[in-house]
Amino acid sequence: MSLDLVQLVLVTVVTAATPLFLAALGELVAERSGVLNLGVEGMMVMGAACAFAAAYLTGSTLVGALAGVAVGALMALLFGLLTVVFAVSQVAAGLALTIFGLGLSGLVGSGFVGLKREAAPHLFIPGLTDLPLVGHLVFGEDAFVYAAILLAFAVSRVLRRTRAGLVLRAVGDNHASAHALGVPVLRVRLLAVLFGGACAGLGGAYLSLSYTPFWAPEMTAGRGWIALALVVFASWRPWRALAGAILFGGATVLQLQAQASGLGLPGQLMSSVPYLVTLLALVVLSLRRGSGSVAPAMLGTAFVPDR
Amino acid sequence: MRIELQPRLDPPRWLGLAAPVAAFALALLVGGVLVAALGRSPLDAFRVYFVDPLTQDWSLAALAVKASPLVMIAVGLCFCFRANLWNIGAEGQFVVGGACGGALALATHGVDHMGPLGGAWILPALLALGAIGGALYALIPALLRVALGVNEILSSLMLVYVAGLGLDYLVRGPWRDPAGFNFPVSVNFDPEATLPNLVDGLSLHAGVLITLAVVVLAALVFSRTLFGYEIRCVGAAPRAARFSGFSERRLTLLVFALSGGLAGLAGAIEVAGPIGQLQPSISPGYGFTAIIVAYLGRLQPVGVLVAGLVLALTYVGGEGAQIALKLPLDVTKAFQGVLLVCVLGADVATRYQVRIIGRVMA
Repeated sequence: MSLDLVQLVLVTVVTAATPLFLAALGELVAERSGVLNLGVEGMMVMGAACAFAAAYLTGSTLVGALAGVAVGALMALLFGLLTVVFAVSQVAAGLALTIFGLGLSGLVGSGFVGLKREAAPHLFIPGLTDLPLVGHLVFGEDAFVYAAILLAFAVSRVLRRTRAGLVLRAVGDNHASAHALGVPVLRVRLLAVLFGGACAGLGGAYLSLSYTPFWAPEMTAGRGWIALALVVFASWRPWRALAGAILFGGATVLQLQAQASGLGLPGQLMSSVPYLVTLLALVVLSLRRGSGSVAPAMLGTAFVPDR
Repeated sequence: MRIELQPRLDPPRWLGLAAPVAAFALALLVGGVLVAALGRSPLDAFRVYFVDPLTQDWSLAALAVKASPLVMIAVGLCFCFRANLWNIGAEGQFVVGGACGGALALATHGVDHMGPLGGAWILPALLALGAIGGALYALIPALLRVALGVNEILSSLMLVYVAGLGLDYLVRGPWRDPAGFNFPVSVNFDPEATLPNLVDGLSLHAGVLITLAVVVLAALVFSRTLFGYEIRCVGAAPRAARFSGFSERRLTLLVFALSGGLAGLAGAIEVAGPIGQLQPSISPGYGFTAIIVAYLGRLQPVGVLVAGLVLALTYVGGEGAQIALKLPLDVTKAFQGVLLVCVLGADVATRYQVRIIGRVMA
């Protein structure tokens, strides 16, 4: 295999990993605050539909990306109202958000099926991008990839090194104590959920603006759910989520490559690889974790302050 | 301004009934706005969705046929959800049940049914295979949860995609009808492997009766048996349930097998009834819509029956709206999502007293 081919495969892996990573990073923050949002798939698919629609109408990828972020956050706001303020079951509300998002995205996108756009531009620095093996990989990605990396730095730093991160983790690990210490539990959770929604929307926008620059109904194809599994896989740590996203993105690329090379395996078997890898990852993880769970202690439980 | 929730210790009975009705009304309102935003008359849409299907024989039959799988799956989900276990993979269990039942129909296709056993055994065996297939498929996430602590939400959901792709492979590959002009469908099932119609000239098939029987049985199990009590206990107070000697592991496996079995049975009924053959896809998302049905029905079998009919109305009406108003089918899906959001929102009012407190207090 030539160096160029290796690079091409690696770049494709990064492209496949980016939407998963963006969605997982947002959900990770939400879950650290104790809120399990199963609506990632719905927020992502809405982000994809609205981002494509906005970008197509305005001709601007940036506007598209912002629309994706805004829609993701808006849906997260609905979810936050239900689960954080009204203490509705997070599992049920998340499912509702996904069902709602899949339907509404079909409506929003119905006028845009079959239309195409230019993919988001890739960085090009003469000299650096031409370097063999690493050129395109390091210096030739699109803006979303760099934004995702920056976001990972920011989230990791905020979680580990700042007061805001400490407060967030405290709310996720023991909301009653945090409340007693005067932390505005509900507000922290709402903000974390909003951030998660914005990230999921951005991940969806990546799908319809860069990964495959068109809109197709239900084009997320379960990526939101895989992102949720990624958070568990990463034991709620940002950098591990990045590693996991590359692994899962790799599985997707492997499946496409194997199909193209005509291995003689049924295409459906190869298509199910990412889902089977996810399942396997969940199993391996529980084996390794043993008895003590590393999940935020309050994950999935609503907080109703008593005065 | 802030919003304060005060738990109701003893919610009044009428609230339990009023909440889903209010939720439905609110969802109608939001749906109407949605339809208006698409440039159609909400009143026309209301008539096509919720009135027209109730006016004719054939559409009433279609309603019962659509409601049947929804109700059957949702009754199964009640067992899981009440025990606070989240089987989200009913869609996959439905598909596996359909495939397992369908496998028997294909295996007995074209053979002489005049043998010593005749052909009468085929249909019951087909339905049983569907139920067994669905139950076994549901036991995968249940066993993973019980043995290893794997999150059942994600594992059952991943298996949905695997099941769908598996059926797609079978129908496009080994099970494809060789005389089918290259269409990816199996042969049509023999009459011995097809559910009989209840009324001549209508699509109403015998599977609807099985669903009704399941509703009655489940209602009895919940209200009259120790098992039903056990589910409620584990769901409401897991610690107390453990002290009283109920095994959570055994219960997890049981409710997953039950809900998977019912989803699988619904799948087998669907292929042996309305569809009559195997196709790459045998469900328009019944497994997911059933989640809404279960909640709208307040996790009670009889409520589920009513809720199933309501949701089936959106399917049948949606098809009508596609033709009469050129509304895309996604309106139906979006409305179903809105409905679930409203049901969950309305539930707040039954569980808490909601107070909005102004700045005056501070």
